[in-house]
Amino acid sequence: MTESMIIIGGGPAGYTAAIYAARSDLKPLLIEGKMPGGQLTTTSEVENFPGFPKGVQGGELTSMMRAQADRFGTRFVSDEVISVDFSSQPLIVRTADGSYESQTVIIATGASATRLGIPSEQEYYGRGVSACATCDGFFFKGKKIAVVGGGDSAMEEATFLTRFAESVTVIVRKDELRASKIMQERAKANPKISFVWNSEVREVLGDGTRVTAIRLFNNKTNDIADLPIEGVFVAIGHKPSADAFKGQIELDEKGYIVTRPHSTQTNVEGVFAAGDVADPHYRQAITAAGSGCTAAIEAERFLSAREEN
Amino acid sequence: MLELNSSNFDSSVLASSSLVLVDFWAPWCGPCKMMAPVVEELSAELPDVVFAKASVDDCPDLAQRYNVLSIPTFILVKGGQVIDQFSGAMGKEVLRARIEKHL
Repeated sequence: MTESMIIIGGGPAGYTAAIYAARSDLKPLLIEGKMPGGQLTTTSEVENFPGFPKGVQGGELTSMMRAQADRFGTRFVSDEVISVDFSSQPLIVRTADGSYESQTVIIATGASATRLGIPSEQEYYGRGVSACATCDGFFFKGKKIAVVGGGDSAMEEATFLTRFAESVTVIVRKDELRASKIMQERAKANPKISFVWNSEVREVLGDGTRVTAIRLFNNKTNDIADLPIEGVFVAIGHKPSADAFKGQIELDEKGYIVTRPHSTQTNVEGVFAAGDVADPHYRQAITAAGSGCTAAIEAERFLSAREEN
Repeated sequence: MLELNSSNFDSSVLASSSLVLVDFWAPWCGPCKMMAPVVEELSAELPDVVFAKASVDDCPDLAQRYNVLSIPTFILVKGGQVIDQFSGAMGKEVLRARIEKHL
């Protein structure tokens, strides 16, 4: 059976696209992926999503979006898309468990946290190296920890972690932060947070069981110094989750899906991309939700135009 | 699925004759919530394995005993010994393969 629309990805972009498509009676099928809710499920409180003057927990926000998509009849598949075939119509989407055909596809697979990419990071992952401050901060009560990064995620994580840690040292590659003003100010005003500038993590050191320090390289002086800490949280950026679409759709040099200006239309007819997987510039829950809506409307217009011909 | 605490851990896990998977989790951990249905499904599909959950909130002593520094963390126990330990959310088939390696 050929679907009218398949949405790949369960986050603000995907769920919003589903709400609009379902209400237009397109009977969307949404393949949720590895972690329904996406990046918002590993964040703590979301203060800047409009409509929540007292803030909202990330996981709660995505749960509500999903429930809204469900209300209008979205069908959910709990699986991960491993490959696609966009060479002709109908478009084909494959998961580990099955294969689906559709006239339109909205790719809303988001992005995932970039790793340091050093072997010692992998070795100590889950044993002091973490990418989820909300999950793991609990285990570092009264300990000295480090956060690597200079953007909003790093500031948010560092500030959040001061609830548990004795001290948080933020390792910044440049001599300034790229985070938004409010996040920078909040972090700088926190007495538990200190900054190490112009530095990169060369190695994660441990005793075989857990992390005991990180080796820092100063990229201005070339000095190497070890910082004794028991936990290190990596918050250096995000990588778009577009591996399943390589070769089937146009990606830019950083791996983001390319869309036409002011549109979610990709280089393949009937395939649209929304949210962080197509957005290197803004990457907010609200811009993702907005683009999900745009994608659903553009897909609907595509289908209507097709029907008329 | 079996809920563990300090009093039933030794008898249910260490003294068990089966392979035991212990899922260390917490209600405030997003990836843990995502793993919950995956673990439930596997517990129905792998009847020879004992599946058990331990909330790090309720049993921090157990978490400390097994060096749990991140959640979700899974430990596999056979004959009272920890034979495998790994952290992070993962797909159902990845978790199944990891468990079946020890069967």
